[in-house]
Amino acid sequence: MTDIRYLAPSTLDEAVRAFAAASGAARILAGGTDLLVQMRAGIAKPGTIIDIKKIPELTAIEDLGGGAYRIGAAVSGAVLAEHPTFGKAWPGVLEAVNLIGSKQVQGRASPGGNLCNGSPAGDSVPAMVAAGAVVTIQGPNGRRELPVEKVPAGPGRTNLAPGEIVVAFTLPQRPKGSGDAYLRMIPRTEMDIAVVGMGVNLTMEGGVVKAARVGLGAVAPTVLLVEDAAKALIGTKLDDTALEAAAAACRAACKPINDKRGTIAYRIKVAGVLLKRTAAIAARRAGGN
Amino acid sequence: MSKIHVSTSVNGEPVEFLCDASASMLDALRGPLGLTGTKEGCGTGDCGACSITVDGRLVCACLMLAVESEGHEIATIEGMAQGETLHPLQRKFLEMAALQCGICTPGVLISARALLEKNPDPTEEEVRFGLAGNLCRCTGYDKIVRAVLETAAEMRETVR
Repeated sequence: MTDIRYLAPSTLDEAVRAFAAASGAARILAGGTDLLVQMRAGIAKPGTIIDIKKIPELTAIEDLGGGAYRIGAAVSGAVLAEHPTFGKAWPGVLEAVNLIGSKQVQGRASPGGNLCNGSPAGDSVPAMVAAGAVVTIQGPNGRRELPVEKVPAGPGRTNLAPGEIVVAFTLPQRPKGSGDAYLRMIPRTEMDIAVVGMGVNLTMEGGVVKAARVGLGAVAPTVLLVEDAAKALIGTKLDDTALEAAAAACRAACKPINDKRGTIAYRIKVAGVLLKRTAAIAARRAGGN
Repeated sequence: MSKIHVSTSVNGEPVEFLCDASASMLDALRGPLGLTGTKEGCGTGDCGACSITVDGRLVCACLMLAVESEGHEIATIEGMAQGETLHPLQRKFLEMAALQCGICTPGVLISARALLEKNPDPTEEEVRFGLAGNLCRCTGYDKIVRAVLETAAEMRETVR
């Protein structure tokens, strides 16, 4: 592996040029917690590694006001957790990012890497989907934006074009009475891959759900935005009937696989259970207590 | 291909070394830098035996390229004791026999220190979550967790 080239450009333009010039032989290095493991296993054999952490925009956390934030794609979970206000505005997104691996992994792993790794079970992705995050992407043909749920294409694959780099996540402004939450089911209590991951983001007014988004992970080839579940919650007081309807919508959205962590039937059942539990936490946070 | 020259800081001392682009921080520590206290367990970020801190944040040295350390501050187990004076965690681990074979111990100590720096008064549950990235196949963790809790209590007393 001695023929690898390491580049650490200080501007995004340089990074995009180098990435495009390498035409598929390069890999982007953010935290490296997936890439280095893949290189060691011989799954990834990049000719060039482009480290994006020297690009200021990729490692910045910007408070845009009104609860809106812009998070650089290469910001580590540990750095995000240290931010003085982000976790108050988006506790669900933060708890999801901080469920990626151990404390050691959180010292490196980034939401951009978690998204681009393309795992259906990536923990930060359902929470970002529920948050309504918009991803800024830069490539040889300039800059574009995509809703986060449009980025994954299947296990290990994304809809990024050759040479494109994920730059940042923009989380929208928070109306008063908003709260989000993320829960995952794993067979252990820590350090495992989600059997089901559930992100719920609610805006409440007088106890009634005004807006809702539901992100569901690990039960289909990609993380899903479950619009039917959100519809079942909007306009309700989160009574049992509404919660059961939303849970049913989540179960209906599942197209899971059987594996050592959970069977198809188990994953589908858990998706419904987690919807109810996660919505309850999000609602409590939306109520401010 | 020629080696890359890296300037960084390890345990407060400026150091320079040469490495391949694909070398991990763990390779550099145990190779050219001769700091073998940081252990290699799994090499995939699961076991925590290679735990170090980079700019004060806990990371697995096996999940970081050596070239990425350029301009950053690395801390390893070799910097934990001050000369002959052990860090309170090291002393307590010995007193309470919180180790058996010792392979995981440097990583556990680095993680425990990082935990106590952030949270000087952790609950048992917080200690267990804080050390979840460090695998120990000998102790069953109980003595480790108790030693960390005892150290935390002692360090809080000392501060008072």
